[in-house]
Amino acid sequence: MSSARAKPYYDSVRSQWKAMDELVQVIRYRDLLWQLVRRDVLTRYKRSVLGVVWTMLNPLGMMIVLSVAFSQLFSATRAYPAYVLSGIVAWTFFAQTTTSSMIQMVWGSALLNRIYLPRSIFVTSAIGTGLVNLGLSLIPLALVMVATGVPLRATILFLPVSVALLTMFSLGVALLLSTLAVYFPDVAEMYQIGLTAWMYLTPIIYPEEILPQAARPWILGLNPMYHLISMFRLPLYEGSLPSLGEFALAAGVAALALLIGWFAFTEKMDEFAYRA
Amino acid sequence: MSSPTVPEVSLETAPYRSAAPVVQLDDVGVRYRVPLERYGSFKEYMIRRLQGRVDYHELWALDSVSLAVHEGEVFGVVGRNGAGKSTLLKVISRVLRPTRGRVRVWGHVAPLLELGAGFHSELTGRENVFLNGALLGHMQAEIARKFEEILEFADLEAFIDAPLRTFSSGMVARLGFAVATAWDPDLLILDEVLAVGDEAFQQKCHHRIQSFQHKGATVVLVSHNLGQIVALCQRAMWLDHGAVRAEGEPSAVVARYRESQQA
Repeated sequence: MSSARAKPYYDSVRSQWKAMDELVQVIRYRDLLWQLVRRDVLTRYKRSVLGVVWTMLNPLGMMIVLSVAFSQLFSATRAYPAYVLSGIVAWTFFAQTTTSSMIQMVWGSALLNRIYLPRSIFVTSAIGTGLVNLGLSLIPLALVMVATGVPLRATILFLPVSVALLTMFSLGVALLLSTLAVYFPDVAEMYQIGLTAWMYLTPIIYPEEILPQAARPWILGLNPMYHLISMFRLPLYEGSLPSLGEFALAAGVAALALLIGWFAFTEKMDEFAYRA
Repeated sequence: MSSPTVPEVSLETAPYRSAAPVVQLDDVGVRYRVPLERYGSFKEYMIRRLQGRVDYHELWALDSVSLAVHEGEVFGVVGRNGAGKSTLLKVISRVLRPTRGRVRVWGHVAPLLELGAGFHSELTGRENVFLNGALLGHMQAEIARKFEEILEFADLEAFIDAPLRTFSSGMVARLGFAVATAWDPDLLILDEVLAVGDEAFQQKCHHRIQSFQHKGATVVLVSHNLGQIVALCQRAMWLDHGAVRAEGEPSAVVARYRESQQA
């Protein structure tokens, strides 16, 4: 009798296309994605008086500290505050989204063990929250640019592409790290150290010219975040568009990270519930 | 596959055999692999792994369980702690994908396992209704349409715009139940019959569950209250160490289970 019936709503025998199935589920749960982003944005500063304004004040505060500390040292760098802030905004997005995805997968797995949700929902919602914060921090960035005399050029219209590439890369890394963190919770701690090292290896607070010529291909060329931050710096700070080569490199790195992350995550996600 | 677990009692009740199944499990097994030693670090694990020295203790939380629950039926599950009852519910509500076998579910499932799971104390009651509704897989517009009804059922109109942390635990549970049952499910999953809120609200909950049944919903109920199983269910199953020990008429199954407990 059952064989003649309509297709079941749920069949545990899954198709070959795990990666595709998960994408369909995330799209089906898009309203939840929005709700989770809303929750994270609203509750982060819920009890503080200034609320969401802190999202804008945080990078600004960091920029001021760094400017006071380093502007003498890097006095050759034109409009140092704008230079620093354009890098910090992109780096903060990457660091925050990857870290919070991982933490939500390890600690938020209680919910995933009680009711069915797409497994990747907490990772994708962390990215969504990061995007809201990134959008908000572009406001102080624009103000600092104006204040330090960096002209706002039409190249700023390239920014959505830069954001898209950084989002793809961050999502890929977040998925990969989350997969690892479910098996090895220590990864979350190790990553914090790695992240600090990575930040200092990336020209964010210092100009890339201070790196020795011979070391640049290694430190910069092999660092995906260097290429992705360049996508922000060029149109904002330099007022120029990236060359086709620079763009292709950044896009390639972003797409590769996303593909690896998504496939690794969806391949392993059914085992997550067994681990908790 | 291996089937040393043929039910000892099989007393099928007649009327539901002809109805279509809402849940069907075919030879379902769930295997947990518990590492015998704890590996503190990634490095240690990798070294052991490469040496082929990762030993697991295999635990079948469910072992060759086959089951069909039919439309409109109230199906009870009894068994001791750790017998696999919760695992069974997880497999049905698709939280856990079985290691072996096949699970199929026809229809919308309302899991009343964790009322208010995912509520956030800093958000208002209203915001939590939307968040919780979305966690249960509903779209924003659907929740908005049901909102008044949810509010009325939970009887919390006066407090809905206050942060949830100001609610009493009974109020939170009422809101959780109201959201979880706002949509008529095809399959209702209950882990213990609910003890939510005060007596008046409990009455309301029972009425709502009964009204689902009248509308033809199927219920899978796990309970330690054997009297309740006999009173509410049309069919029952006794799980022991992940295997089906008996299945059929509730009073017969419960009697078998009781016997084993006293022995």
